[in-house]
Amino acid sequence: MRWRCGIRARTVTAALFALTAVSRAAVLPDDRADLLFHDWDGGGVTVEGPSILVRKKVTDSLSLAANYYVDMISSASVDVLSTASPYKEKRTQGSLSADYLHGNTIYSLGYIESNEPDYVSRTGFFSVSQSMFGDLTTVSFGFTRGWDHVGEDSYRDGHYEDGGRVTTWVGDADHRNWQASLSQVLTRNLLLGLNFETDESDGYLQSPYRSARYLNPEGMVQTEAQVTPNTRTGNAGSAQLKYYLPWHAALDGSYRIYHDTWGILAHTLGAGYTQPLFTNWTFNGTVRYYRQSAATFYSDLFPFEDSQNFMSRDRELAQFQDWTLGLGASWQFHPGWPRWIEKGTLNLSYNRLHVAYDDFHNFTVGGSPSGVPLYGFDANVTQIFISFWY
Amino acid sequence: MAQRRLAIMAMLAPLAALLLCGCSPLQPWVKPYEREHLADPIMSFDPNPVSSTYLDHVFEVREGARGATGSVGGGCGCN
Repeated sequence: MRWRCGIRARTVTAALFALTAVSRAAVLPDDRADLLFHDWDGGGVTVEGPSILVRKKVTDSLSLAANYYVDMISSASVDVLSTASPYKEKRTQGSLSADYLHGNTIYSLGYIESNEPDYVSRTGFFSVSQSMFGDLTTVSFGFTRGWDHVGEDSYRDGHYEDGGRVTTWVGDADHRNWQASLSQVLTRNLLLGLNFETDESDGYLQSPYRSARYLNPEGMVQTEAQVTPNTRTGNAGSAQLKYYLPWHAALDGSYRIYHDTWGILAHTLGAGYTQPLFTNWTFNGTVRYYRQSAATFYSDLFPFEDSQNFMSRDRELAQFQDWTLGLGASWQFHPGWPRWIEKGTLNLSYNRLHVAYDDFHNFTVGGSPSGVPLYGFDANVTQIFISFWY
Repeated sequence: MAQRRLAIMAMLAPLAALLLCGCSPLQPWVKPYEREHLADPIMSFDPNPVSSTYLDHVFEVREGARGATGSVGGGCGCN
């Protein structure tokens, strides 16, 4: 049996299509196509694959978009190494959406489907975006509904490939998500973005692959199935500022606060700098800091078996912090052929992520429970993508 | 008595001014011809949705918080 977290196609994926035009109200998004290759390498896990996004106006007031995304996962993470065997897996996600412009209002509608062997997720979304006050203000509202089907894989005779996989479906999860956002022109050089989101989930919300650890009467560490609440409501609010600097550069900053009924309180701080250079180059750098408190029912080691109604050792629910430093470069070009392509960009993005847990120990190194070090890891996140406008 | 009436009028004057302003359309304080900088591609909150979608997805599956990113999300919970 493997131990890993199921794949959840979060309902906020809908915002990709609903709110990206937030600062350019009453104008449909540009016709463009993006081909991206992504790579994550860190924490004993590699995830790589392509993503293709194509958007095209079919009339003056209707724009259609389609996205296809693939994760090729190879995992030997700390969770896997401590209790099970490494595995390989593939996830695919497809989505379709439409944006309809009527006066100063954009209506968006879409559908997303994510599939992997032990997790199926379907999501529908709708949003409306209204421009007002001479296009200085844009207000958007969105609603998303998601349905997940959760399974647990096991493997026959140690064959950790598709041929040996046996999937047992263990439960369903429903998601409802409401979003509101405001984009405001403050001055001729300054933009403000405000976002608020409420997410409500119920059903099977835990990972069938994770377990809780406890001490038995003899002082030995043992495991039992984790149990989490079957409802969860979270609220998130964020503010973004973007400022145009006199030497043709841009500076941005953001802050987000999140709190949910599982007791997690999180703060996210971000800053970025964008600098065009020479004729066709644009460079950018970013820094991001994230910190969260633990869920009320999380513990790295419970004092005894069944010591609480809800028990979890999901490290996503632990107390931890992470830092991310990012660098990006973009080169713009104008291909002579085919003529219907107006311009293109070739882009490289690299992010270095450092995660440090405050109450999640690395039991793979052995030793007594009190002598095990805290867990942490570094990851490299690389993206290469090419974009065309037509 | 006259002083009291004057004080009441002084207090009501800003309110009356606000109400009168409400009767006229709000004028954009940044005119369309002053938005050259704001229209520059470097001022976009999300210049590359396909890229920010992926990065939001990276954070979302490894952190407890979610949402209100202003743009995107995704969902691989692999560890």
